[in-house]
Amino acid sequence: MKAHDNSLKYFSLGTIWLWLIVFALLPFALVTLASFASHDDTHLLTTPATLLNYFQLNNAIYLKIFKQSFYIASTCTVICLLLGYPFAYTIARMQSRYKSLLMLLIIIPFWTSSLIRTYSMITMLKPKGIINSILLWTGIIDKPLPLLFSDTSVMIGLVYNLLPFMVLPLLTNIERLDNRLIDAARDLGANRFTTFRRIILPLTMPGILSGSILVFLPAMTIFYIPDLLGGSKSILLGNLIQNQFLIAQNWPLGSAISVVFTLILAVMLLVYWHSMGNKERDLL
Amino acid sequence: MTNNIIELRGVSKTIHDLGILYDLNLEVRNGEFLTLLGPSGCGKTTLLRLISGFEEPTTGQIFINGKDVDGLPPHLRHVHTVFQSYALFPHMTVFENVAFGLRCNKVPKAEINSRVNEVIKTVKLEKYAQRKPDQLSGGQQQRVAIARAVVNRPLVLLLDEPLSSLDYRLRKTMQIELKQLQRKLGITFIFVTHDQEEALSMSDRVVVMHEGSIEQVGTPRQVYEAPQNLTVAKFIGEANIFDSEICAMDGKQLTVNILGQQRVIKSSRAFTVGQAVHVLVRPEDLRVWGQAEVDDSTDMYPGTVEEVIYKGTTVDLMVRLANNQLVAATKFFDEDDDKLEYVIGDPVWATWVSGWEVVLPHEST
Repeated sequence: MKAHDNSLKYFSLGTIWLWLIVFALLPFALVTLASFASHDDTHLLTTPATLLNYFQLNNAIYLKIFKQSFYIASTCTVICLLLGYPFAYTIARMQSRYKSLLMLLIIIPFWTSSLIRTYSMITMLKPKGIINSILLWTGIIDKPLPLLFSDTSVMIGLVYNLLPFMVLPLLTNIERLDNRLIDAARDLGANRFTTFRRIILPLTMPGILSGSILVFLPAMTIFYIPDLLGGSKSILLGNLIQNQFLIAQNWPLGSAISVVFTLILAVMLLVYWHSMGNKERDLL
Repeated sequence: MTNNIIELRGVSKTIHDLGILYDLNLEVRNGEFLTLLGPSGCGKTTLLRLISGFEEPTTGQIFINGKDVDGLPPHLRHVHTVFQSYALFPHMTVFENVAFGLRCNKVPKAEINSRVNEVIKTVKLEKYAQRKPDQLSGGQQQRVAIARAVVNRPLVLLLDEPLSSLDYRLRKTMQIELKQLQRKLGITFIFVTHDQEEALSMSDRVVVMHEGSIEQVGTPRQVYEAPQNLTVAKFIGEANIFDSEICAMDGKQLTVNILGQQRVIKSSRAFTVGQAVHVLVRPEDLRVWGQAEVDDSTDMYPGTVEEVIYKGTTVDLMVRLANNQLVAATKFFDEDDDKLEYVIGDPVWATWVSGWEVVLPHEST
């Protein structure tokens, strides 16, 4: 029995590790290699090895794109948190038979491809789209709002697509929160605000952080949402990398951008990891 | 200003059309150690939550320090609770846990430090002040929970079965410590338990609850020696119950018929001749004699030993009487009984000293 348990354990761990090595570590190693390659009109990648790609990154345009992406991803994360936290809190504390139904409603959008849902947002946001039609019909506005192809539409698309990734970890975390701790805080003289700030918020911090990571990372790199909803004006980091690979055919530069981006995220994660105690690491 | 720190007047609680508490009236005296005793589900925890403000009574009024607290939320009531699960804040150290209430009430920092340190010292946790709750043993967590509540100098400390998750030995130690702490602090304690031994050994007064009602309020001695009714008598300690009726009365002396024999017993209650009664005798009051030891069998009831349970300080006997009723008797080793050795199947005589019994009106069960 014991030996059998172990073989299953090694098998499942081994499969996942193999999978990650083949499809994550290996590609990343290849990308890293490519970032040191040169390219010319006939070759995507060629010798000699060079650091030129990295020097090229020190360019005002790229820095601006990075800053812009960082700004949009952070704003998106904050909006998702502000929208998602009260929502997750309400559902998690709910003692109703509709609770599981409400949780199901968060999952349902995943049944349709995110790309298709983003296309459908164009129908909603375009000048003669559903939102503008309703606003015109009710007389709230008298000419269509330029919703589509702006930073606003990119933000709406990002928040819409990524909100579940904020809500789900929060839900799990808040559900685990012990009601009796809240009672204890109230009993000791804490009003609702103090109870939230001193007890609920610190204890749900692991959920907030995992939700934020799950929203922030895709928001930086997801390229089809700025592509479809932002028009030609929004170029974010994801688009930049995509352009270098698919349009400019400059694989070494695209790789260098990816590597730098990955390193920055890795540093951020490390800083965050070190700022947590052991206990919070376990909860994550 | 009365001497009552808490007063309940006609308090009832109904949750989802389900009666939890019925018309409770209770006065809690300032500085006393009061125990709410009853089986699980009798409403003691609900009563505590009404006092602490987590629940509102359906009808009736609660007064804390003479003030009607209707609608007052928990954080504005000057009573604190030690929860059954301790409910320590896992992300705070012992010091921060204890300081929580004071910080909520904006007490100056220097005062917080001195008060918290003093309380931590009282509960003997100086060495652990910087630890997190999950690095402490059950008994230490218990002390933190108590320190966290008493540091705020509440008018009343509510303790919801605080010892129930500790092992037997630790529970005994904590019982003594709690009692000493209460004497030292002079704070009113309302202590909830289903353990009658705990209730008797710690309390100034015991409130016996059963199915949402208060059955009796009295000193441990009163509820044990003079239970008001059968429920109290059965819940607190064991009791041998003989069904009987009053044959004659002479002041406090009653003549009853027990197992076909006339017997004179005593009671300060008023009865009428012919009234059906229960006569209660505690196992430790029941005497059992071997046949050879008895010359005069007046007021004695014949039986056979059915079970002998050795318990160290006592021997518990189960004796089957002639009418097939099984009675329990506890014999102490310190008596001048030369052997205290009983064999199952031995014929014996059982009796008790008149006046040690309790007489209650008959209750149809």
